[in-house]
Amino acid sequence: MLMPKPNADVLAKRDTLVTGLRRIVADPEGVIDDKDDLRAFECDGLSAYRQLPMIAVLPSTVSEISDILKYCKAEGVNVVPRGAGTSLSGGALPLADGVLLGLGKFNKIVEIDYDNRCVVAQPGVTNLAITDAVKGDGFYYAPDPSSQIACSIGGNVAENSGGVHCLKYGLTTHNLLGIEMVTMEGDIIRLGGKHLDAEGYDLLGVMTGSEGLLGVITEVTVRILRSPEHISAQLIGFPSSEQAGDCVGKIIGAGIIPAGMEMMDRYAIHAAEEFCHAGYPLDVEALLIVELDGPEVEIAHYQSQIDAIAKDCGATVSRISASEEERMTFWAGRKAAFPAVGRISPDYMCMDGTIPRSQLPKVLAKMNELSKHYGLRVANVFHAGDGNLHPLILFDANNPGELEKCEAFGADILKLCVEVGGVLTGEHGVGIEKRDLMGEMFSEEDLKQQQRLKCAFDPDGRLNPGKVFPILHRCAELGKMHVHNGELPFPDIPRF
Amino acid sequence: MQISKITEEQQIADMLDWALAGRHGLALQGAGSKAGIGCPVATDQMLDLTGLTGVEMYEPAELVMKAKAGTKISEIKSLLRQSEQRLAFDPPDYGPLLGGAAEEGTLGGIFSTNLSGSARIKAGSARDHLLGVQGFTGRGQPFQTGSRVMKNVTGYDLCKLVAGSYGTLAIATSLTFKVLPRPDKTRTVLIYGVPMEKAQPIMNRGLSSVHDVAAVAWLPENIAAKCDVDYIRGPGKSVLALKIEGPGPSAEFRCNALREMFEGEGALEELHGRNSQSLWNFVSNASAFAGNDKPLWKLSLPPANAASVVAAILDKRPEAHYFLDWGGGLVWVELPEEGEDGGESLIRGALAGAGHATLIRGSTSLRQKIAPFQPQPEAIRKINARIKDGFDPENILNPGRMYPLEDMKASD
Repeated sequence: MLMPKPNADVLAKRDTLVTGLRRIVADPEGVIDDKDDLRAFECDGLSAYRQLPMIAVLPSTVSEISDILKYCKAEGVNVVPRGAGTSLSGGALPLADGVLLGLGKFNKIVEIDYDNRCVVAQPGVTNLAITDAVKGDGFYYAPDPSSQIACSIGGNVAENSGGVHCLKYGLTTHNLLGIEMVTMEGDIIRLGGKHLDAEGYDLLGVMTGSEGLLGVITEVTVRILRSPEHISAQLIGFPSSEQAGDCVGKIIGAGIIPAGMEMMDRYAIHAAEEFCHAGYPLDVEALLIVELDGPEVEIAHYQSQIDAIAKDCGATVSRISASEEERMTFWAGRKAAFPAVGRISPDYMCMDGTIPRSQLPKVLAKMNELSKHYGLRVANVFHAGDGNLHPLILFDANNPGELEKCEAFGADILKLCVEVGGVLTGEHGVGIEKRDLMGEMFSEEDLKQQQRLKCAFDPDGRLNPGKVFPILHRCAELGKMHVHNGELPFPDIPRF
Repeated sequence: MQISKITEEQQIADMLDWALAGRHGLALQGAGSKAGIGCPVATDQMLDLTGLTGVEMYEPAELVMKAKAGTKISEIKSLLRQSEQRLAFDPPDYGPLLGGAAEEGTLGGIFSTNLSGSARIKAGSARDHLLGVQGFTGRGQPFQTGSRVMKNVTGYDLCKLVAGSYGTLAIATSLTFKVLPRPDKTRTVLIYGVPMEKAQPIMNRGLSSVHDVAAVAWLPENIAAKCDVDYIRGPGKSVLALKIEGPGPSAEFRCNALREMFEGEGALEELHGRNSQSLWNFVSNASAFAGNDKPLWKLSLPPANAASVVAAILDKRPEAHYFLDWGGGLVWVELPEEGEDGGESLIRGALAGAGHATLIRGSTSLRQKIAPFQPQPEAIRKINARIKDGFDPENILNPGRMYPLEDMKASD
């Protein structure tokens, strides 16, 4: 993976920049230039790629962030924002000639507002901490990415994070009411608030999932929901993935939107069961976890329908959680699927494509072929309700060439997702990982149009360059337009 | 106005080439049912998109549909109904409110304006359901963003920009959107006689309960009096309404639970099926304000501010009519006459910086004089102007519809 070539002029003035940044940041420890100390920031959750930043800065106030960005813009220095560093796509990978802007000190909940059913938090607060802050009063924050214990809410906004419950409760974008952010020009702006819907262009909507390329998020307002009265999970095992996929389609077709609907393939089931003894059946090819929430009477109503559908689809095992402990056990296996697979293989890479659900059998069959072709094993966990696949490719980075083989395998899987009408990434982001595949999904002109949005926020392209887009165009070049000398066209359309 | 009726995408490309060459503005219109919202467009050329019709893809088990921009919402709704599905954001029909016919609105119109009905508070807005857009930018280039799947974070989410941009960034020709199952049962719990000051806290209790309330509105007596439903109009009292949806046994259970919860807050009643639907159409479409041309404002605000904002408006204009939707997060206000500024300074002043107000109905001269959309702070105006410049550098598309032309000029 190639990153933009470091700018020698910028590297040459590193000491001056350190002095300049120390003048802005009040905390004497807030500007880091020692190589050993910088090591802590060299990678995010995509640890196959590592790069020391030129300098790391840990501001404590929004006005410091504004001054840092203005200073870097004036000095022509690139900036990479970083939340908790849990990105799985390399969104927070540092640049050799860039300033890494760490938001770890912004870790306070600003306000809990039950009258407006929302929480205002600084961006470094973890996803789970928001739920923890309100659960005593019976509320929670719905999006729950697997990394929720560690990932920050600012990062969730930047990546538009999902989780296992987004079929019913939506992604970050559906649960976000407002942000405060700082532009690369140092302007501090507020988008949204405690009210609904944007007036004017929906900048909040495009900031969500913009992967740190448009602005630095300094405060987040999210809506909170009342925790459901009851929650129940059901394990359903099938002799084939096709039957499991069919069952998912029929449940939704029957008008049921479960709170969560996850699928695991044989390989993932065995790895998870061995790792945490969730009680998964080992004689099935595919396992569904279907979670329902609401009043008991509603859960019972839907469960009887689901039972009938599952039987009809050839389910060989069906078990409903008898207690809250058992429900948690059902989930423990699924939530531990990644580390479980990690235990049976020296390394693994987690992919993240989304497909139209009906294409699942075709995609799984093709993936098996690819697995044989590359000689690498693959385990599948799948947010089945919304078609989001997480194939885990197992490899050993100590074998020369195996990382590259794994990446080629991953790229083939994602191309396959696009080919069947899906997308390159459902929730992990493009980052550097899928950057060079963007052309599979977008035309050159569509990619340019996306970069014109970048130009609106960051005309010099200083924020997180080298991520998301395979080719960096200058804004002046993107702005140019070729105009034909047109006559009023087609006299054949009716005019009035 | 010269109107060109478009029947295929290529004609749009040709018109854009022509418009760019001569720097002609193009007004974009579907059925025109919402043409009265925003500033009058400064051009004499219009593209009528109602000829671009048809459902291109509908897969009920995948919860997704794709249709051309000129397809009527009413057609889409009846097609969805056949598979027991719906548009969950409750697309409102402002036709009669703005002096037109009912059920004329198009798919392109509803997503370009990002308007949602009472269900918005739980189900999300129109933009939350928009998955993909195909069309053209003001550069005359074919344009595509998003996809057909629910979970997609590949590149910037430009669907969000297209939604609510009133055709000032791109011409959408096809839209792909999420559809959801229709609930088996819809019921509404009514509480009569709750005074305005107590309405929002009660609505909040409903929305904060475990009973999964789908919509909440409060109608003062004079608004309730205009509703077709006897149970709303008849008693001569204010009405607080809480909507419940779901399978029969669940809806019944939750309605009973809500009635128990609100025992003592006022006389209680329950609406089923058709009555319930009529009430929520009345609320979503703001039907109480149809049939006249008085200035009408829609305020989106933090729900807990509803009572104080309404009080501030009534203090100056006691004869204003109003009601609350979205649990207090949406306030509709109709002023008795246009006056100096159609109530702009009063209404926006009452918000005190939290939320925004849109003039949904006003005379052409009023819409030329004041800002129908909430004015933007300078740092945001600057970004918006550059976004407009990126999509439509020659200001061809719906020029001036949202903000004055001089505000949308990009400069560094």
